[in-house]
Amino acid sequence: MKQILLGNEAVARGAYEAGVKFVSSYPGTPSTEITETIAKYKEIACEWAPNEKVGAEAAIGCSVRGGRAMTCMKHVGMNVCADPLFTVSYSGVNAGLVFCVADDPGMHSSQNEQDSRHYARSSKIPMFEPADSSECKEFTKYAYEFSEKYDTPVMIRLHTRVSHSRSLVDLEEPKPIEIKEYIKDSKKYVMMPANAIGKHVVVEKRTAQIVADADANPESVFNKIEMRDTKLGIITAGASYQYVRDAVPTASVLKLGLVWPLAENTIKEFASKVDRLVVVEELDPFLETEIKAMGVECEGKALFTLLGEYSTRMVKAALTEEALPKAAIDVTKLPTPPGRPPVLCAGCPHKGLFLALHRLNANVTGDIGCYTLGALPPMQAVDTVICMGASVGMAHGFDKATDGEASRNTVGVIGDSTFLHSGITNLMNAVYNGSTMTLIILDNSITGMTGHQQNPATGMNIRLEAAPAVSLELLCQSVGVMPEAIRVVDPVDTFGCQQVIKEEMAREAVSVVIARRPCALIPTGRAKKGVEVHVDLEKCKKCGACGKIMCPALIMSKDKTPMIDPETCNNCGLCVNVCKFNALEKGEE
Amino acid sequence: MGNLEASIVLAGVGGQGTLIAGKLLGIVAMKLGLDVKVSEVHGMSQRGGSVITYVKIGKEVHSPIIEEGTADFLLSFEEVESVRWASLLKEGGVMIVNSQQIESLPVLMGQVQYPDGIVDALKAAATEGTKIVEIDALDLAMQVGTSKATNIVMLGALSNYLGVDEALWKEAIEDAFAAKAKTIPGNLKAFELGKQAGA
Repeated sequence: MKQILLGNEAVARGAYEAGVKFVSSYPGTPSTEITETIAKYKEIACEWAPNEKVGAEAAIGCSVRGGRAMTCMKHVGMNVCADPLFTVSYSGVNAGLVFCVADDPGMHSSQNEQDSRHYARSSKIPMFEPADSSECKEFTKYAYEFSEKYDTPVMIRLHTRVSHSRSLVDLEEPKPIEIKEYIKDSKKYVMMPANAIGKHVVVEKRTAQIVADADANPESVFNKIEMRDTKLGIITAGASYQYVRDAVPTASVLKLGLVWPLAENTIKEFASKVDRLVVVEELDPFLETEIKAMGVECEGKALFTLLGEYSTRMVKAALTEEALPKAAIDVTKLPTPPGRPPVLCAGCPHKGLFLALHRLNANVTGDIGCYTLGALPPMQAVDTVICMGASVGMAHGFDKATDGEASRNTVGVIGDSTFLHSGITNLMNAVYNGSTMTLIILDNSITGMTGHQQNPATGMNIRLEAAPAVSLELLCQSVGVMPEAIRVVDPVDTFGCQQVIKEEMAREAVSVVIARRPCALIPTGRAKKGVEVHVDLEKCKKCGACGKIMCPALIMSKDKTPMIDPETCNNCGLCVNVCKFNALEKGEE
Repeated sequence: MGNLEASIVLAGVGGQGTLIAGKLLGIVAMKLGLDVKVSEVHGMSQRGGSVITYVKIGKEVHSPIIEEGTADFLLSFEEVESVRWASLLKEGGVMIVNSQQIESLPVLMGQVQYPDGIVDALKAAATEGTKIVEIDALDLAMQVGTSKATNIVMLGALSNYLGVDEALWKEAIEDAFAAKAKTIPGNLKAFELGKQAGA
């Protein structure tokens, strides 16, 4: 039976059909839907881990004990789980083990554009790269056989256009879940020097064997040779293959499904059959560099950019003299469309906190999540964003740079999920090393930006069953923050927040302000239908203060009279709190 | 197997139902025994931002992306979004614009004005043979009782130009909403209204 599946859904289907026992991941766009789809297969044990390293280690444990396992992440999550990755390459697996990593060329939803193929090469783990949903399923299924055959973890590299495109997939019957026997084997699983020295030899042999087998069977599941006109030959993989096929349909193509290690003889033979060889790959010249190192002449980044996503048009422009498609509408004759930037949602309670920070003119080390949007006008209340957890470490660094002085006007800002992901170790460090920094935890009781995933503080697991909830207050206390320096505030009470933050920045010890209100988009954070803020036009002085909160539900007319859009208003009351003339009134719940 | 080959852009604002419309077109393609790719945006770009879905149908579809001057059809669920994505439409293509206006934050803040006369400007800037169709899809959706049917009204309008048998559209709607069977009659009606309005 055929079905239209998202690339990510197809990966999940592949895992299901391969008899996978366990999946543990941390959400991250564009990888999230793999694990969310897995959660729908009741046979598979499935969970959100607090971070990618934890997810990977749990999956490794399952594999070693005999169950097929998977962990999924976005490209930057791979950095977090790099530690186990490099060593599980040495120990190998018992049951099949797959790491799915989704890159984001063009940075639709990411802070950098790193190319995760480098991880495959440096960790010496084979990597598959599918080009559509059908291959997502096939490659995932095959990855488990491959993993067990070669005693290696396998990486599956996805990217936005594959993860988030739907196409046809043939569904097959799932293989029953089997748990293999576990045999104690310290030489294999205890990676101390004496054993690892021997294992490194095994790893190098394994890579050579994979290359030899791929060359012996060049038309394998993943590498495809399509001979057409031999004037131009192209080596490519993933979404770039699709652009190549549309742009230069007559060219011969070697499509690599195995992007590490490379089938050297297959590549050399293909190269020998074509007059001109071009490598088309988004991001880094990974294949190009390797192919050149084989002594094969080719062109690549001399024709194509290192930046962003590619397109059919780009490939056509680089490789042909053909005219490019022309638009039917002369856009220079059209009015300029107003921008529609992403915003903190209507009723987002945490806006109130950013308004407080804006008024305090504080320096703010920020973090990864919806609240990164606090950096945009008019709040402009975030100074730095690097990676998950960095807000806490950087606030501590500000403290150390100035012997504590900076902490009188600096706060770190982090979400609940991000805090549990990698903020807590930084907080422990700050207390241990005598910092005087202040941390604000925006507790919206969910992992917001990636689309509402549960985390260890929400009281629910991935299948929305009740689960033990971490107490953020007790967790902070347990690493040594003084109980009186842990303050809980309601972010909608923007002026109250301002006062508490001021007091805590003044404190010459580590302090934590927990701003607690559920995300306005989850059921517990939502107002009843038909309940919204009302405007009293007689009291309104048209001062415009309510407009400055940038609420999508508050429509400002030209004379600065506010109007409330009842469809979007969540009755959070932030606008009520900033109005000095009591012209706004919360709806009765 | 049908012989339909079409690149269809669905442009709108998060929450307008472009994703569901894309999925429904996927079902139509599948029923025709054709290849299809539907590409979406998720994550940060979704938060109140403009959203775009690409649908490509044909015997063999490669790239999931529709690029400048290659869209046979552009369905704009909101007026200003039709301007933002106008360059995608190819010469001789059809653009269907929902006259609904959704003001973005810079407009609400009074920083910029929502442009007037968008549809006239589109018509004036289009090459001959390119068709711009304006419908009030929101109003038609409200006639069946819910703004949520706007996307199906838009597909009804598109059906005038796609050459797909009406019975097949109906089957696709029934399949797409099978889990919410109560909404099927309303959606079928919405489709019919869109078809009449977009002719």
